[in-house]
Amino acid sequence: MDALILTVMTLLKIVAVLVPLILCVAYLTLAERKVIGSMQVRVGPNRVGFKGLGQPFADVFKLMFKEVIIPTNSSKFLFLTAPILSLAPAVAAWAVIPFADGWAISDANAGLLYVLAMTSIGVYGVIIAGWASNSKYAFLGAMRSAAQIVAYEIAMGFALIGVLMMSGSLNLGDIVRAQSGGFFNWYLFPLFPLAIVYFISGVAETNRAPFDVAEGESEIVAGFHVDYSGMAFALFFLAEYANMIMIAALAAILFLGGWMSPIDGFGDGIHWFLIKTAAMLFIFLWLRATFPRYRYDQIMRLGWKVFIPVTIVWIAVVGFAIYFEVGPWFSSVRGAG
Amino acid sequence: MPEIRNYTLNFGPQHPAAHGVLRLVLEMDGEVVERADPHIGLLHRGTEKLAESKPYNQTIGYMDRLDYVSMMCNEHGYVMAIEKLLEVEVPKRAQYIRTMFDEITRILNHLMWLGAHGLDIGAMSIFLYCFREREDLMDCYEAVSGARLHATYYRPGGVARDLPDRMPQYEASRFTSKAAASKLNDKRQGNMLDFLEDFVQRFPKCVDEYETLLTDNRIWKQRTVGIGVVTPERALQLGFTGPMLRGSNIEWDLRKKQPYEVYDELDFDIPVGVNGDSYDRYLVRIEEMRQSNRIIKQCIDWLRVNEGPTITEDHKIAPPRRAEMKGDMESLIHHFKLFTEGFCLPEGEAYAAVEHPKGEFGCFLVSDGANKPYRLKVRAPGFPHLASLDEMARGHMLSDVVALIGTQDIVFGEIDR
Repeated sequence: MDALILTVMTLLKIVAVLVPLILCVAYLTLAERKVIGSMQVRVGPNRVGFKGLGQPFADVFKLMFKEVIIPTNSSKFLFLTAPILSLAPAVAAWAVIPFADGWAISDANAGLLYVLAMTSIGVYGVIIAGWASNSKYAFLGAMRSAAQIVAYEIAMGFALIGVLMMSGSLNLGDIVRAQSGGFFNWYLFPLFPLAIVYFISGVAETNRAPFDVAEGESEIVAGFHVDYSGMAFALFFLAEYANMIMIAALAAILFLGGWMSPIDGFGDGIHWFLIKTAAMLFIFLWLRATFPRYRYDQIMRLGWKVFIPVTIVWIAVVGFAIYFEVGPWFSSVRGAG
Repeated sequence: MPEIRNYTLNFGPQHPAAHGVLRLVLEMDGEVVERADPHIGLLHRGTEKLAESKPYNQTIGYMDRLDYVSMMCNEHGYVMAIEKLLEVEVPKRAQYIRTMFDEITRILNHLMWLGAHGLDIGAMSIFLYCFREREDLMDCYEAVSGARLHATYYRPGGVARDLPDRMPQYEASRFTSKAAASKLNDKRQGNMLDFLEDFVQRFPKCVDEYETLLTDNRIWKQRTVGIGVVTPERALQLGFTGPMLRGSNIEWDLRKKQPYEVYDELDFDIPVGVNGDSYDRYLVRIEEMRQSNRIIKQCIDWLRVNEGPTITEDHKIAPPRRAEMKGDMESLIHHFKLFTEGFCLPEGEAYAAVEHPKGEFGCFLVSDGANKPYRLKVRAPGFPHLASLDEMARGHMLSDVVALIGTQDIVFGEIDR
């Protein structure tokens, strides 16, 4: 009986996370178009529903009723597996995200590791999609994204090691709790270079501008998903935006104190988590409106020759600071860890 | 070990960066381009041949459609060739109007280029900023000719009509509220020159805006510096003209070297690049916009104080005024002859070239004395530029090919003709 209740409760929790997540994805697409629109002296979608608020649904319905065209020379099984492979991990990673104190589907102890593992699996979706389409453009896109994600995964991993050293835990909830006591204790400040590297790697990881070489609109048309249409395409889209929200949420948790209020004890709660995530998402959109696209080899250079050395150096700095108990941030770490 | 072969990538004609209908067959070694083979002809409309079957004045409209982002400059090259054969005098005011519209066209073209180039390299916003300013210049086209794109405004012996006294106004509609419409109309209260002057006042600030987005942007520089370097010698051998040549540090501009219309009375500078790469060509074009702006300002000042005819009084070439025609038999005959037969050119040949936004645009006319050309050859600046794409792209990466297409400012209307 207990097992049954647990299962039902977990399922309910999953629904409680998934439904708002998918709604967020839908409205993030609208927000993107509106935000970038206003940055580009135009209005964005404003025809469907009140002020264009129905637009995401119009898009969804359009995509649902479109035919999923499977190219003749493609590998059908892989072609249809790829979108699922890219969406499933993007959604599954949300299992360990603490929305507020104790509000997580699973309060796993290896939460951070799990998130990293899940986001890495997402690459397979992209690579398999590019391979299965049997198109040169798609193949180029897959190749680019494989190389890019390997490079940035490492930089991102290193950036997160700093967080682990500070908090002494892989549990996302514990990491947030370790940052309690006002915004001055957020890891953003002691780990500033790592936070920057993490966020930029996150942008690269989600294939967003200016690192969107895997799609490279003007170069390889749409990269790995050129040949996808209808719902199969929509799944890629969903995955990309779910990943974006994921990266933004992780940035909020790891560096901005998650659900903690910037002023100590001043109404901690999920609203702070949402506000921080939304702010990070806005930066995603802002980047897209501002920057030209990197070239593929320049992204590699940035990843391997700039970010990885920066993270390694800063990890050493943090290590020394923790060992010698340098104030104000590192003095209390050793005892707590 | 298996042999690694290069593969061919079909780039276009349906491609977001194909600038219309460019078909490029790329031989690629991974991401690196080994050979780029541009294919032409997908937008061939036979303009030169069509001209052979039409009276001279009916071909002006076809010229607009060659390089469809710098319409009036194309017309200019064509009417200049006719004027050269006819040896007709163009009134001063018409010359100033032409100069002014040539420069408006240059800004139009460079804005389009900047937007498309930015978009190719992935900078999306710049495209829309450029189009915001383009819109105002398009309104000038509309005010003066009734058409936003294909103006057919230049005529042998002058321009079709004088500058209008009022600008077209916005009307309130379902989509534009009364307040919005009157706000849009604020700048349109005076005549065309007032409207244009207002534009000229704020345009340098707009260019500054574009430059803050791109000029010192690290990514933009990484994408353009050292890409598609052309040495000055090679640029000459390849037949480059316009900003492509000036980007390679050769100061060649027909407006200075063989001034036509009133360019010798105006004060402006010719920007020149140093390294001959895409970044220098970008800087050259940006500076050209500022210089064009200067020229337009000078033309406005002249046109404000100097009235006069805008087309030759020779009614064998230019139609008589409507009012005259109603009462005067001879004018009626002139009108009838002009709009049925057109006019005949003396036997001979002439080449006239203008400094088109993209380079040297020239028309070579061979006349056998009839009312239509025996042969019309259009020298489009884009053609030699495109021909050099292979040389410029070799050894660069796929993404650079896109940047190169952008930097060459290719428009297929003029290349395929």
